[in-house]
Amino acid sequence: MLPLTPTLFATLFLTGAGYFVAKGKANRLTGRLASLPHQYGLNAALSAILPAFGLMVLWLLADRIAARYEISLFRPENANVFPIAISVVAGLFVGVAINNVKPDYNARTAAERWIRGALITASSIAILTTVGIVFSMLRESFAFFAQYDAAKFFFSTEWSPNFRGDSALGILPLLWGTLYISFIALVFSVPIGLFAAIYLSEYAGPKARAIVKPAIEVLAGIPTIVYGLFALITVGPLLRDAIASPLGLGDSASSVMTAGLVMGIMLIPFVSSLSDDIISAVPQSLRDGSLGLGATKSETIRQVVLPAALPGVVGAILLAASRAIGETMIVVLGAGAAARLSMNPFEAMTTVTVKIVSQLTGDTDFNSPETLVAFALGMTLFVLTLGLNVFALFIVRKYQEQYE
Amino acid sequence: MTDQTQNLGRSLLETDARTRKRNAAEARFKAFGVAAIAVALLALVVLLTSVVYNGASAFKQTYFELDIELPEAKLDKSGTRDLEVMKKVTTIGYAPILTAALEAAIEKAGIETTLDKKAIGGLISKEAAATVRNAVLANPEIVGTTQSFSILAEGRIDGYFKGRVTLESAALDSNTSPEALMLAQALADAGYADTKFNWAFLTAPDASDQRPEAAGLGVAILGSAYMMIVVLVLALPIGVAASVYLEEFAPKNRWTDLIEVNISNLAAVPSIVFGILGLAIFINFAQLNQSSPLVGGLVLTLMTLPTIIISTRAALKAVPPSIRDAALGVGASKMQSVFHHVLPLAAPGILTGTIIGLAQALGETAPLLLIGMVAFVRDYPAAYTPEAGLFGEASTALPVQVFNWTQRADPGFVERASGAIITLLVFLLIMNAIAIYLRRRFERRW
Repeated sequence: MLPLTPTLFATLFLTGAGYFVAKGKANRLTGRLASLPHQYGLNAALSAILPAFGLMVLWLLADRIAARYEISLFRPENANVFPIAISVVAGLFVGVAINNVKPDYNARTAAERWIRGALITASSIAILTTVGIVFSMLRESFAFFAQYDAAKFFFSTEWSPNFRGDSALGILPLLWGTLYISFIALVFSVPIGLFAAIYLSEYAGPKARAIVKPAIEVLAGIPTIVYGLFALITVGPLLRDAIASPLGLGDSASSVMTAGLVMGIMLIPFVSSLSDDIISAVPQSLRDGSLGLGATKSETIRQVVLPAALPGVVGAILLAASRAIGETMIVVLGAGAAARLSMNPFEAMTTVTVKIVSQLTGDTDFNSPETLVAFALGMTLFVLTLGLNVFALFIVRKYQEQYE
Repeated sequence: MTDQTQNLGRSLLETDARTRKRNAAEARFKAFGVAAIAVALLALVVLLTSVVYNGASAFKQTYFELDIELPEAKLDKSGTRDLEVMKKVTTIGYAPILTAALEAAIEKAGIETTLDKKAIGGLISKEAAATVRNAVLANPEIVGTTQSFSILAEGRIDGYFKGRVTLESAALDSNTSPEALMLAQALADAGYADTKFNWAFLTAPDASDQRPEAAGLGVAILGSAYMMIVVLVLALPIGVAASVYLEEFAPKNRWTDLIEVNISNLAAVPSIVFGILGLAIFINFAQLNQSSPLVGGLVLTLMTLPTIIISTRAALKAVPPSIRDAALGVGASKMQSVFHHVLPLAAPGILTGTIIGLAQALGETAPLLLIGMVAFVRDYPAAYTPEAGLFGEASTALPVQVFNWTQRADPGFVERASGAIITLLVFLLIMNAIAIYLRRRFERRW
């Protein structure tokens, strides 16, 4: 990183100098200019800073890649070659821009071309992020599958990592925990969220709506670590002492039920605000038609509004499910760490996300399957949630337009 | 022309069984709605009450107000006040001095106790010796004099004054005893112990497993602040640039379609996946420092970008086309119309979205666990050092500190974790209040 600091300052100097030199030169020109003087300056400044910044980022990337393959140009003794080259390039661009300060040169268009380029680069970062996610996880996942049998990973029901080797790394118990907890969360949050949305959009007056809707949305703004702590110190002990222990179902405070209930609370605003939007989008004429035939309000909602909104509601539930599957802190603090295939909701179980955290925190050796498995788990999680999201968006889009 | 009502055989005002059933169904349905909302609001209230109930006491702390004699014979045998020599006296050397001061206070107050010297010393936090030592090293002249200090009481004594520890629970606890608690109570009655507002909780660094009474959020708040700076500096310009391009310039083609689908998907990717990305790209590949606010900030930037882009695009969309047309009409270029007219008008909306994105980033925990921010850090990270670079020193963050404290054995840390949550929620509340204020103050409807 360090050799770039002088280059950075050189670039900033060239940017400032280029601006004032080009502007000054344009000011001294006689005759009618194609652009305002400061636009000549802007063009010179952007010509210096944008390509230099781009090259610096590329150089940093190349340097990291080269570090793995021992390319001679990137050896420490040649460390100054590229930073100097970048400064020279920036100087050249400024020189060209200053040279271009002529009455018939349209500096505004030239400067805007640079800006447009910067805007396009910024919007491509989203793509780069996705590529980075997929690439980083694929690479390490392949490294994992080179050391561990893929069939055993996907179909084995045993999870017992062992840092001395001969670990059993089957994903099934983790997936079971994930799906079980998500299921409980959805069973809890979907009816509550849906009924809240129905009441808010169909029954509540504007005053009640103005108070209740933001209050429910506060739940969405609370960080998940807060829910996690709530599960750990309040809900977990409460469920254990009030239900699990008396019924002889288990004596662990962290359980599927604890995590599921708390996650359900977290999902309520998510379900309700999405469903609210969808229910409000159902055209009023449908309601009027039904009410005009003599149906009561609830009959209208149940037999006309909800069927019309169903695809959207299903989409919302799928999005909530994807959120539940990817949730980490609540399950880390509320669900426990024991990989287990059991039906008892008051037993501690564990999820994919919990195991990603536990395999990747602390001192990790990036060549052992016990660490690399986290990337394969991450990949599974990514594919699962992405699939749910795409499917949900597909459903919503497909049926959304039906009344427009 | 026989009247229909006659055929019905009753008045319209009387409801028949079927109507009653339908009305009951209606009332039931409505009640379900009210119940759902009640459950949601109840959950919110219980959640917040539980956190505040458990955590409010973290903002208070029990201190002993003692006059401590600082004997030269023990603290500076050479008598030269040479710092290098005085540093050789460790906190172990200071502990007996504190015990002696407490014993003196007990005697002065005329309190009878059956406790031995070691148990009396146990009333004082292990951190207190370090407090006094630092004060002596900072000002060697005070050696040989008697100074009054406010020193931390041990965690369980502190818990007793806050109601967490009772005489019954102390009888079962090997680390304290009912006699110790009664002695502490007597000292408090005599004015030697006092419960004060705990500034140290907000400024002190984390403390080790056995000293919950000394643990503070200083490093975590600093780390979170650094990360917020990184996120703001990177995510705001990049997010605005990307939204301006997508909303104002992008042609409708496959590439921009791909970008749009990508952004909406990224917004729904589980946060932990961003942690994996940060670990693989920023730490393993780019070799940036583990646990540094820089890496944390970069990961949170990538996470926050979709939020900022989505809200910025909505703000840009809300600016009516007539503004653009007017600018173009008087000869502005497309770029000028956007940067001189549309962006300033959309600025309040963009800022609101950015603050909400930042608030989200501030509370995010899972990705930070993977990039090593869960480490135990006692030194305040510097914003810049030549070795570690910008924001390169190891640090923790507020939500991660909460997680860290939940993993500790001492029950005193439950109070600390909840107190940290309160701090975090207060920060979030302030940020959201600013966002709402901005929206109310500057929102324009055309």
